[in-house]
Amino acid sequence: MSTRDIVFVALFAALTAALGLFPPVTLPVVGVPITAQSMGPMLAGAIAGAKRGGAALALFVVLVCAGLPLMAGGRGGLGIVMGPGGGFVLMWPVAAFVIGFLVERNLKALTVWKEALILVLGGIVLTYAVGIPWIAAVARIDLAKAAIGSAWFLPGDAVKVVLAVLIARAVRRAYPTLQPR
Amino acid sequence: MTPYVPGRSPVHRCPPGAKILTLVAAGTILFAWPRLDFALAALAGAGLLYGLAAIPARLVLAQLRPLAWILAVLALVQLALDGWQAGLLVAARLAALVLLAGLVTLTTRSSDLIEALQRGLAWLRPLGANPAKVGLAIALTLRFIPVLAAITAEVREAQRARGLEGSLVALAVPVVVRMLKMSDDIAAAIDARSYDPDRADG
Repeated sequence: MSTRDIVFVALFAALTAALGLFPPVTLPVVGVPITAQSMGPMLAGAIAGAKRGGAALALFVVLVCAGLPLMAGGRGGLGIVMGPGGGFVLMWPVAAFVIGFLVERNLKALTVWKEALILVLGGIVLTYAVGIPWIAAVARIDLAKAAIGSAWFLPGDAVKVVLAVLIARAVRRAYPTLQPR
Repeated sequence: MTPYVPGRSPVHRCPPGAKILTLVAAGTILFAWPRLDFALAALAGAGLLYGLAAIPARLVLAQLRPLAWILAVLALVQLALDGWQAGLLVAARLAALVLLAGLVTLTTRSSDLIEALQRGLAWLRPLGANPAKVGLAIALTLRFIPVLAAITAEVREAQRARGLEGSLVALAVPVVVRMLKMSDDIAAAIDARSYDPDRADG
């Protein structure tokens, strides 16, 4: 990684932390907060690309695990990763990488819809696939209950996908950061 | 950010690496063996350590306040499904881990924490990641957070002057573009000072 890559990694790790400054809303039953923070992996992947975006979110998760209070509501520490929302958080680096990879792959003909689809796949489908069984295991509720409880996230996540697509497209147009893969 | 509380207690003087490892070990044990006696022991241990480090009670409560709702809801759900013991276990375990993690940040300077992380990540070297680069990235991240907050406040004011205060996109795009430009300047400045992570010692 070049120095520029390192600074970009730090920037998107910081951006994810800063998104946590918006106050979270905690969901009943599953005990996982809705935060603006899950836009972090979407923006990091779609703006910084697979390698830097994935590294940025991995760095963010390491810092949270080390106990820095970077999660929404000033939370941090391994308690977060091992708590009910841990599955979602651990999938963020993977989501950022996958989103970045697909965006770079399709960069030449990336319509709004295609990009939204990529963000839904990486930011929602992939993270829920790990996040829901994780809630079920940690909160000791059955899988169906965890899935229904998590469905409350969907409207918020849909809004976040729309915002992330609009922001990422405008940013890349103003300041091109990616090379087509 | 949780503030650092200066002090000379054994908790403060304990090396940061050891504190992080203890935290990791406590979390692993509490989740691998979900037992009420373990969770309560960890909670009591956390309380003792806070006393030892002489952390004011106000800061202890500040650690738990963001969790109050989650704790209450989790405890109630468990209470309804599995009885009071399971509810108490989940609540006590979460509270103990959050308190212990908070204690690490309250009693460790962030510069010491970064140094410990950098040393702790030395095993990444054979995998192709340079611990000095990781250390640089960590330091930059912590510096970027207040900068991002300041730029956001500035851009928000500028957009309000244009009547765009309701638009999140109109706020986020200039903030991110400015940060990207700044990142390029910072990278150029670091390179201009001949920063060489392969030879840097921290």
